[in-house]
Amino acid sequence: MAELRGKAWKYGDDVDTDAIIPARYLNTSDPAELAKHCMEDIDASFALKAGKGDFIVAGKNFGCGSSREHAPVSIRAVGVSAVIARSFARIFYRNSFNMGLPIFEAPEAVDDIEAGDVLSVDMDRGLLRNETRGKEYGFTPIPPFMQELVASGGLLNYMARRRKEK
Amino acid sequence: MGMTLSEKILARHCGRPAVSPGELIMAKADLVLGNDVTSPLAIKAFREAGAKEVFRKDRIALVADHFTPNKDINSAEQVKIMREFAREHGIVHFFDVGRMGIEHVLLPDEGLVGPGDLVIGADSHTCTYGALCAFSSGVGSTDLAAAMMSGEVWLKVPESIRIVLAGRPGKWVEGKDIILHIIGKIGVDGALYRSMEYAGDGIASLSMAWRFTMTNMAIEAGGKNGIFPFDEVTRAYADAHAKRLYEAMQADPDAKYSDEIHVDLSSIEPVVAFPHLPENIVPVSQVENVPIDQVVVGSCTNGRIEDLRSAADILRGRKVHDGVRMLVFPATQNIWMQAVREGLMEVFVEAGAAVSTPTCGPCLGGHMGILAKGERAIATTNRNFVGRMGHPESEVYLSNPAVAAASAVMGRIAGPDELEKREV
Repeated sequence: MAELRGKAWKYGDDVDTDAIIPARYLNTSDPAELAKHCMEDIDASFALKAGKGDFIVAGKNFGCGSSREHAPVSIRAVGVSAVIARSFARIFYRNSFNMGLPIFEAPEAVDDIEAGDVLSVDMDRGLLRNETRGKEYGFTPIPPFMQELVASGGLLNYMARRRKEK
Repeated sequence: MGMTLSEKILARHCGRPAVSPGELIMAKADLVLGNDVTSPLAIKAFREAGAKEVFRKDRIALVADHFTPNKDINSAEQVKIMREFAREHGIVHFFDVGRMGIEHVLLPDEGLVGPGDLVIGADSHTCTYGALCAFSSGVGSTDLAAAMMSGEVWLKVPESIRIVLAGRPGKWVEGKDIILHIIGKIGVDGALYRSMEYAGDGIASLSMAWRFTMTNMAIEAGGKNGIFPFDEVTRAYADAHAKRLYEAMQADPDAKYSDEIHVDLSSIEPVVAFPHLPENIVPVSQVENVPIDQVVVGSCTNGRIEDLRSAADILRGRKVHDGVRMLVFPATQNIWMQAVREGLMEVFVEAGAAVSTPTCGPCLGGHMGILAKGERAIATTNRNFVGRMGHPESEVYLSNPAVAAASAVMGRIAGPDELEKREV
C-alpha cells in the first residue's frame, strides 16, 4: 500500500453513522451524491473543504450506529485516504475493510493530533508521522486476514478467489 | 473447555467441534437479510462481482421497510432495484408494501429465524434475533452481497459478557428500561465487538417481546450480538412460529466470559435516554420540565403488539396534550390487524394519535414524522443521535411505550406514575 499524506480533520468520541451520513440522504447510493453530505450535521465545512488524501482523526467508537455502508462510501468519495481513531464501532470497521477504505487505531497519535496537522502514514510498516509537530508513532498493523482482504481488492474478490481454490 | 452460547452456535455453523474468542471463521448463514437502504448497494456489488445466482432462494429475506411506502422518487428507485432483483432471482421472502413489516419484528413472526440459527443482515439491529437464542449480527452491504452469493460470512468469534439478571421488574418497567439501564451502566461502547449473553433467574419473568427489545439494542452498547438462553418462553414462541426445525441450546457451565455484570431487575425504574447518546440515562421520576412536540411509538425496538397495548393502556380515556403530535407505528401488518381486533386503534385515534402503516419512517429521520429545528420528541425507538429524527438541532429522548404515552398526555416528559398522581 502506498504512503498516504494529507491534512487532519479532527473529531471527538462516538461519531455516529448519522453524523457521517444523515439518513435523509440514504435514498441514493451514488457515491458522489453521498460525498456532498459527508459529516454535514457535525461539520458543514468538511465536504466542501476536505482535500484529496486528507485524514479523519477521531476519538473512541468511531462509526457507531447503523450498518449503512454509505458511511465509508461517502468518506472515500470525499477523497479521504484513511480514518484514524482511538477505536471503531464493529460494523463500520468491517465495512471499511470490505470496501477498501484503510482505517486504523492509534490512540496516542489521536490525542496529539490537532485539526489541520499534516500527517503521513505508512500502512505496511505501521508508522504515522505528524509532520506539523515532528512526531512519529507506531500503530498495530492491520490483522493478516484484513490484509488479505485488502490485497484481494475487497471481500467479493477474496470470496471469488476462495471459490476457485475449492 | 466449555463454550458460551455464541461460541456454540458459531462452531456449529463452521463445522468445527469448538471455537474460541479471537478466531476468524467462515460461517454458514441460515438466513441473510437486506432492506431497501442496504440491498441496492449489495445488489450492485453482487452484479459487479459477476455473480449469476444466489446461494439459496429460500434463505434470503429482502424487506422494503425504511423509506416505504416510497418516500420520494429516489427511494422509489431504490425499492425498485430490490424488487426487480427479487423477481429475477426468485427470492422467496421478499416483502413489499402491503405484506411487509419492520424487518426485525417481521422475520421472527414469520418464523424465518429460530433458536440455534446463525443470521446476518445488512442492518445494525439484526442482533434482535438473539432473543430467540440465535446468533445474529449486523453487517454491511458488501457482506450481504458476498453472503447472497455464497451463503457464508466471515466472523471473528467474539468474547462474551455474561449479564446476570436477578429479581423481578417493578411496575411500569419494561424490557426497554432494562436494556437502557445496562447501556447506561456500561456505555455506548461497553460491549464493543463482544457478545452480550443473558443469564440468571430474572430471565424467566421476561416476555419474548421484552427480550426482543433488549437484544435489539445490543448494538447501542457496541455489541456484536445479544443472546438469551433457550427456555420455556422461547419454546412457546418458536413452536408457534418457526417454519424450520430449531435447536434448543444452553451455554456450557464452564464457559469463559470476559466480564460479568449483575443486574437486579427490582431496582430498575422507568428511564429516559437524553440526547445525544443512548447511555445518557435519567430515571423518569427525576426528569424536570422537558416539553415535547412529538411522540413516536413504534420501530424494531418497540413496535410489537405488547408495546401498542402498553401505550394504549395509558391513553385509554385520555387525550394527547394540545400541541403534541403522537404517531403510532404497528411494526407489521399482522400486528396492525391484531391492534384493530383488540380495539387499540380506537383508543389511539380517540386520544388524538395518528396511526401509520408499518415503516421505519421517523426512527431514522427518513419520513413520516420529521422534526423541525428546535423541536423535541420522545420516542420508543433506539437512537437519539444528533439529527436522528430530523433537523440537526432537534432532539430525541428514548423511553418505553408507557412513558412515551404518559408524556403525550402530559405534554412534557413524564412517567405513568406522575400522570396518575396528577389525576387523583
